[in-house]
Amino acid sequence: MGTIRDMIAPFDFFQPATVDDALALLSEHGDDAWVLAGGLDSFDWFKDRIKRPKVVVDLGVIESLSAISESGDGLEIGAMASLTSIVNHARIRADYPLLTTAAEHVATPQIRNQGTLGGNVSQDTRCWYYRSGWPCYRAGGNTCYAAAPQAMNREHCILGASRCVAVSPSDTAPALFALDATMVVRHGRRERVIDAEDFFIGPSTDITRMTILEAGDLLTSIRIPAQWAGARVYYEKVRDRGSWDFALESVAAAFRMDGDMVADARVVVNGVAPYPVRLEAVERSIIGSRASEDLAIGAGEVAIQGVRSLRHNDYKVPMMRNLVKRAVRSVVA
Amino acid sequence: MDFLRSADNPWGQDIWIGISWDLVWLAVIASLAFVVLHAIAVRLRGPARIETTPPPADVPETSRVERHSLVARAFHWTMSIAMFALLITAFVPVLGLEFDWVQLHWMAGLLLLATIIWHVIHTLGWQDLWSMWVGPTDVRDGAIELKHALIPGDDDEPKHRTGKYPADHKLYHHAAATAALAATATGLFMMVRIDTPFWTRNPYLFGDGAWGMVYVLHGLAGVGLIGLVAAHVYFAVRPEKRWLTWGMVRGWITRERYRVHFDPTQWPVDELGDPSGDRGGALAEASPRSPQDDA
Ligand SMILES: Cc1cc2nc3c(=O)[nH]c(=O)nc-3n(C[C@H](O)[C@H](O)[C@H](O)COP(=O)(O)OP(=O)(O)OC[C@H]3O[C@@H](n4cnc5c(N)ncnc54)[C@H](O)[C@@H]3O)c2cc1C
Repeated sequence: MGTIRDMIAPFDFFQPATVDDALALLSEHGDDAWVLAGGLDSFDWFKDRIKRPKVVVDLGVIESLSAISESGDGLEIGAMASLTSIVNHARIRADYPLLTTAAEHVATPQIRNQGTLGGNVSQDTRCWYYRSGWPCYRAGGNTCYAAAPQAMNREHCILGASRCVAVSPSDTAPALFALDATMVVRHGRRERVIDAEDFFIGPSTDITRMTILEAGDLLTSIRIPAQWAGARVYYEKVRDRGSWDFALESVAAAFRMDGDMVADARVVVNGVAPYPVRLEAVERSIIGSRASEDLAIGAGEVAIQGVRSLRHNDYKVPMMRNLVKRAVRSVVA
Repeated sequence: MDFLRSADNPWGQDIWIGISWDLVWLAVIASLAFVVLHAIAVRLRGPARIETTPPPADVPETSRVERHSLVARAFHWTMSIAMFALLITAFVPVLGLEFDWVQLHWMAGLLLLATIIWHVIHTLGWQDLWSMWVGPTDVRDGAIELKHALIPGDDDEPKHRTGKYPADHKLYHHAAATAALAATATGLFMMVRIDTPFWTRNPYLFGDGAWGMVYVLHGLAGVGLIGLVAAHVYFAVRPEKRWLTWGMVRGWITRERYRVHFDPTQWPVDELGDPSGDRGGALAEASPRSPQDDA
């Protein structure tokens, strides 16, 4: 179980030069194929020999997938753009600092150099029962070890559980969600543009996947509309270690202000559910109101309606309340 | 093709964790094949001939014979809704169309359980339990029908008139009841493992191996029900059986159908269409209506 071995199980390795070639390979090999981006999540699975794809399709040499370009009314970021390139991109920093800050909070400089935006939003959960190769629901089995009464579930979810209680680990996902980003997914010749809200899926829809991506799908880019360019934003990530660590919880929020009134808002939290959660009730509670300390306190209370903690993660409830409160408080004059 | 899925539990034991999803495809394909082959066979050789001896002279002459009471029909259609909801929420995501199915599934399961309890109480209190008993006559009729289906040109021996429920209906009922009870019983245990408004999950009610058996039985009952429901729907819409389906919608069949298909000694009704003996099971409805109204 989850024994780390020094040899990766053998597979056929392809490095297509174009997106079309990559798609052809993915179609040809179907369930046997694995898309390789930065490899930070992928190689974990391979080295533990828990995932044993027969074919690995490395996107590393497809230059077009790393481009960051203007698109229509916003920006289009190639799925293979590294997290460092996002952190350093002047236009992103100027117009979408929420994404810059979120990407800056991912792990270490080395990991950001290697990790890609596409890989970051598509990465698998870090539930350690699942990552250790236990036959849980997410691994195709019929139980959740993390939800059991004696389980170690400090990092697990307080919302959106459906048999599985793992959480989404991505730092950039809530930021992209708050910015109303869309994901461009190709499968063969078909291209779909999927709202972030629909891209991340919960266990009640498919317990074995974190995103809508399935065999043969390739995330080619992520589009960020101009709608939230230049908005007031707030990002905060709570982790066990300051140096680097996955989020225990994070909040990403964008606000449009009309004087001291909240004209529009997006508030998304992560680390609380198997997918990033947009808090629409919180948004409704603050839109049209004057930003104030009381409004922020109220928003925090609204945020935790309906949450349900596990044995060891009660702390996540006040943490979520406070993160949302602090996000709303950030726009108080 | 795999039949079962297994995995290593945390103690390194190889345990069953459920049926292979290949079986779902197998059930769907087998059901479709059965429907197509049966339709072709009936077209080529026609349905079984029914006994044509004249019915006893004392058959009363009302135009309708009530076949299913309102309570029985309400049960049947409610159970159908629950069954379809269960099959759709269980298997459509497996076949590729994903949606948030878990809550809908267990709620439909509870509805099915409620209808089963209702049916059992209604049957014990108000219906004739023995009308579903498979007796020697049913075995004989079933054998004739099977021979007719399997041996080309064999329709010399006509099928006899039956009691309220012919042999194939009884066998279908018992197969569906077995599968539905197995799915419901195992489903109830599986519900213990998820959070509901009624309780917090408990994954340790059984050990891994026993849970695996529960999942396998649930899966087998589920794929069995795919075939049973497909066959039921197919026969319900077949032209020569549609009058029975209308009977389940309207509650009655025509006196003419009653004379042709049923044996009044086994399913006696009085002049008004009421059950007139304790082997009956038909309930009364006597409003005059001509046989031509029959669908
Ligand atoms: C030590 C460590 C610490 C980390 N800390 C953090 C952290 O604090 N915050 C955080 O957000 N992340 C963290 N990560 C995750 C990391 O930043 C990467 O983003 C992540 O592991 C995946 O990115 P990748 O480019 O390496 O993708 P890969 O590992 O290659 O791929 C990840 C998954 O996405 C799929 N995939 C990738 N690209 C595509 C595509 N274009 N189309 C379809 N499918 C695709 C792959 O098939 C695979 O399943 C950490 C990782 C490590 C190893």
